[in-house]
Amino acid sequence: MQYQAPTTVESAVSALTAAEGDCHILAGGTDLLVRMRSGMVSPAAILDIKKIAGLRNIAREDGGWRIGAAVSCAEMGEHDGLGSDWPGVVEAANLIGSVQIQGRCTIAGNLCNASPAADSVPALVAAGATARIAGPNGTRETAVQNICTGPGATSLGKGEFITSILLPAKKPNSGDAYLRFIPRTEMDIAVVGCGIFLTLDNEGVCASARVSLGAVAPTVLLVEEAAQALVGTTVDETALGALAAACSSAARPINDKRGTIEFRTHVSGVLAQRAAKIAKKRAGGSS
Amino acid sequence: MALDNNPALDTHEFRLVGTRPNRPDGIDKVTGRARYGADISAPGMLTGMVLRSRHAHARIKSIDISAAEAIPGVHAVITRKDFTHVPEDGDIADILDNCMAGEKALYDGHAVAAVAASSSATAQEALKAIIVDYEVLPNVTDVDTAIREGAPILHAGRSDGTVPEGASRNIMSRVEFGHGDVEAGLAKADRVVERSFKTEATHQGYIEPHACLAQMGQDGQADLWCCTQGHYMVRNTCAALLGMDQGQLRVTASEIGGGFGGKTTVFLEPLALVLSRKSSRPVKMVMSRAEVLRATGPTASSSMDVRIGMTKDGRITGAHAELRYQGGAYPGSPVQLGAMAGFAPYDLENVKTVGWDIVTNRPKQAAYRAPGAPMAAFGVESVIDELARGFGLDPIEVRLKNAAREGTRSSYGPTYPAIGLEATLQAAKDHPHWSAPLGKNQGRGVACGFWFNFGGDTCVSLNITPDGTATVTEGNPDIGGSRAAMSMMAAEELGIPYEKVRTVITDTGSLGQNEVTDGSRVTFAVGLATIKAARAAKKEMCKRVAKIWGIDEDAVEWREGAVHPAGPNAGLHPPMTLAEIAAVASNTGGPIAGHHEVTAEGAGVSFATHMVDSEVDADTGAVKIVRYTVFQDAGKAVHPDYVEGQLQGGAVQGIGWALNEEYIYGEDGILQNPGFLDYRVPVASDLPMIDTVILEIPNPGHPYGVRGVGETSIVPPLAAVANSVSAAANVRLTDIPMSPPKVLAKIRETV
Repeated sequence: MQYQAPTTVESAVSALTAAEGDCHILAGGTDLLVRMRSGMVSPAAILDIKKIAGLRNIAREDGGWRIGAAVSCAEMGEHDGLGSDWPGVVEAANLIGSVQIQGRCTIAGNLCNASPAADSVPALVAAGATARIAGPNGTRETAVQNICTGPGATSLGKGEFITSILLPAKKPNSGDAYLRFIPRTEMDIAVVGCGIFLTLDNEGVCASARVSLGAVAPTVLLVEEAAQALVGTTVDETALGALAAACSSAARPINDKRGTIEFRTHVSGVLAQRAAKIAKKRAGGSS
Repeated sequence: MALDNNPALDTHEFRLVGTRPNRPDGIDKVTGRARYGADISAPGMLTGMVLRSRHAHARIKSIDISAAEAIPGVHAVITRKDFTHVPEDGDIADILDNCMAGEKALYDGHAVAAVAASSSATAQEALKAIIVDYEVLPNVTDVDTAIREGAPILHAGRSDGTVPEGASRNIMSRVEFGHGDVEAGLAKADRVVERSFKTEATHQGYIEPHACLAQMGQDGQADLWCCTQGHYMVRNTCAALLGMDQGQLRVTASEIGGGFGGKTTVFLEPLALVLSRKSSRPVKMVMSRAEVLRATGPTASSSMDVRIGMTKDGRITGAHAELRYQGGAYPGSPVQLGAMAGFAPYDLENVKTVGWDIVTNRPKQAAYRAPGAPMAAFGVESVIDELARGFGLDPIEVRLKNAAREGTRSSYGPTYPAIGLEATLQAAKDHPHWSAPLGKNQGRGVACGFWFNFGGDTCVSLNITPDGTATVTEGNPDIGGSRAAMSMMAAEELGIPYEKVRTVITDTGSLGQNEVTDGSRVTFAVGLATIKAARAAKKEMCKRVAKIWGIDEDAVEWREGAVHPAGPNAGLHPPMTLAEIAAVASNTGGPIAGHHEVTAEGAGVSFATHMVDSEVDADTGAVKIVRYTVFQDAGKAVHPDYVEGQLQGGAVQGIGWALNEEYIYGEDGILQNPGFLDYRVPVASDLPMIDTVILEIPNPGHPYGVRGVGETSIVPPLAAVANSVSAAANVRLTDIPMSPPKVLAKIRETV
C-alpha cells in the first residue's frame, strides 16, 4: 500500500489521476481506517490531503465561510464566527461520533463517505453550502446536495476530490438548526436527521426556507414541499403541522436494525417541527 | 488454647471490614501496566485465527484445508478432525461441538476451522484459502417460532424424558416448580391479570475480548494463559475435551476486563492448545469484537406467559408462569433458574412455574449475571405492578404484604432462614426518592429481585513471610474487587494493617480445585476460607509462642495481632506480635502458614428492591432514566465501594437490557449488529447517578455475615424500568428492549 502526502492541490490531482487501482483520500481517516480494519476496503494507495496548503483553514469569503476539506469538526466547533453564523451546521458536525472522533473527522469526509445518515450533510444542504472540487480539468463548484448519488456513491469523477466547502453569507433575520434522533445520547448514528434554514422578513413572516432530511432515503433529501409549508407563515402551529406532514410524506425510509419505516416516517415530522422552532428563534422570531 | 475457631456469627466491631482502602490493582489498571489476556506473549509464538460460518444452519459436507496449509508461514490448520478424543460426557461433547463445529454449523459465527501462522496477515490469507462445502439448511432464531410445527429442527433425539410426547423436537427439557392449587387460588382473586412478555438476548458486554496463549509439547505437558473467570474450569474442561490428565495442563489466569458470567466456559482455549500441539509452537489467539458478539455466549431470549390473581386489598391468591427460553444451539438455557427465581420474593400459597428449554440457530448461551432471573422477574413484577395500580394500591405496600420472610416456604422449595427482602422494601418506602415529585411525562416504577448465591469448592493458602507480612494465595480471578476483600479479611483476622497483606491469584498447579468466579460466591466462599486459613495460621503461631514460653498451648491466646499469656497462671510473658513470631519461625518449627479447603455451604439468598423514574418523549418513544435507587442486602459490606459498584453495575446493565441492547437477526439468521455501535450498551451520558442503599442483614453462613452481592442487582431492573416507562407512557410495555420504535408504536396504537 502506497502513502502520499502532497503539498499542493495540483500534485494531489496528478497523483489521484495517475493512481492505478483503489486510491483513497485521507483527511481525518475516521471512516477510511474503520473500513480498512474491518476488511471492507484494502486501498492500493492513500492520499493524505492534510499537508496541502490552505486545506486546514477556515476563511471569510464574500461574507460567508470557506472551510478547508481537512478542517476537523472540533476546529469548526471552536471557531467563533462560524458558529455564530451557522450554529446548525457546527452543531451537526459536532454530533458525529465521539469527542475523539470529532478531533479528526471532517465535513468533506462526512459528505464523501456518502452515508444517508451522515449528520453534517442535511445541515449543509439546508444551509445551501457548495463544494469546491479539484480535478484534472481544473476546479468546479457544485451544491452539496449534488455530491451523494446513493449510499457510498458520489458524483466525483476520476482524479477529483473536494478541497473546501463554502457556507454562503448569512442573510439578516436568518437561522439554521439540525436535529437528529438516536436511541442514546451520543456516539450513535442518526435514525432520522433534519436540517432547517429559514429567513424571516421584518414582520416575522418566513420569506424563504430550506428543509432537508437525512437517513430516510438513499441520499439526503431537500424537501421543497416542507419549505413551502413555512414560507409566508409566521412558523406557527398550523405551519408546523403542515411542515411535519410534508416531511413525513417525503420520507422514503427502510426497515433496518436502527429503525422502522413507521418510526422514521413519523419522527421526520417531529424533528422538523422541533428544528423549525430553533431556526425561527435563531432568526430572531418570537416563540 | 483459647481461639474462636468455629465461629458463631462474629458481630464485634470491625477494624478494617467496612472501610474503603485503595484497591491493590488500581495503579496497574490506570497506568496500563496490568496484563490482560492479549498482553501475554512467548518467544516464537504464532497467531491463531478462526474461520467462522456465515450460515446460521448448514451441514458441513467437506472442508479442504490443503491450499491453506501450503501457504508459506502457515504452521497448522485444524478442523474438528484434529480433536481425536471423543468425550463421553454430554455437556463436554456440546462444548466441543460449540468450540469447533462437527457435522453442522449451527449459528452465524460457529467455528469451522482454525489456523496458526507467523503473522495475522498470513493467518487471514489462510482462512480465505480454506474451502468449506456447505449444504445450507433453513434456520430459526426466534424462541416461539422454533417450537411451532414445521420449524427447522436443530438436533433430532436430544429431548430428555421431561418433554411431553409430540412436543417440538427443539424443546430439550421441561421443568416445573411450585406448590398449592393455582386454579383454586386464582378463583379466590378479585382480579386475575394474564400477560405475555418477550425479552431479547443480550450480551454481557465485557470490554476485554477473549484471549489466550497456549503452549503444548509432544510430551503432553501444556501451559495456557488466558482471560477467564475460572482457570480451574478451563483446565478441567480442556483436559476433558482433549483427553489429557488435568495435572498435565497448567492454566494461569490473566487480569480480566469484565466477565459477568460470559467467561465461565471455553471458546478459544482448546483450539489454541490443538494448534500448538500440531505446530509445536506457542499459539496466541485474540477475538475481535465481532467474534465476541457472534460466537461467545449471550444470555437467553425469552417468551413468557404470567398469570396472577390478587384480592382488592393486595393479597396474591394464586400465581402461574410459563417460561420459554432459548439458549442457542445446545441444551442449557437458564430457564430452570428463571423458573425458580421469578416468584421467589413472595410468600405464596398457590404457585406454579413451568419452564421450557429450547434450541435455536444462535450461539450457545453462557451465564450472564443471575442467569435466567431478570426475564422471569420482568414478567412477574410487571403483572404485580399492573394489579396493584389497577386496585389503586401502593406497589411497595402490595409487595410488603406478600413478601417472603424467615420461615416462608419459597416458590422453588426450600424454607427461608433470615432474609432481607422486607428490609429492602421498607428502606425503599422510607427513602426520599419514593415521595419525590415527578416531572412532566415521567413515571416511577419499583420491582424486587432474588438470587440464590453460591459457595462451592474453595482452596486458600495463607503464608506468613519472615518479615511478618502475609500473602493470601487463592484461585479465583478478581472480577469485582475480591483481592481487596481478601486482604481486608486476612488483615482483620491477623490484626495487621491492610497494606501488610497481598492477595495473589495463583495458577492451577499451586492450589486444589477452585470453583469458577460465579454465583456471587467469591467474597463469601473465598472470604470464608481466607478467614479460616488466617485462623489456622494464628493457631500455629500460638503453638510456636507456647513452645518458646515453655507452656501449654491452652495457656496462650491471640489478641490484637499478638499472642498473650491467657491468664495470670501462664506467667508474665510480654506479648509476641505476628512480626516477632515470624522473625524466629526458623527456630520454632519452620515456615508458618495456614490453609483451608472447603465446599462452602450457606451462601445465603439475596434480595433487592429497585426504584426508577423515567421520562418518555411521547413523540419519539425515547426513554430517559432520570433517577434510580438500588436497595440491596449485602449481609456485611466488606468494602462498601465495591458493593456500591456491584449494585450500580447491575442496575446499568439492566437498564441497557431494558431499553436498547438486543441481538438482531435477519431472516437469513445472520447477526445484524455485531459491534458496539448497533449493540447499544448505555453510555455514561445516558444515565443518572445510580444511588445505592446497602442493608446489612448478616448471613449466618459466613463468619462476618457476608452475602454475595454481584448478581441480584441485575434481577429487578428490566421490571422496574418497564413499570416506570409504563407509568410514564400510560401504556403497559411487555416487549424488551423498549427501544424507541417499539415504545412509539405502542403509544400511537393507544391514542
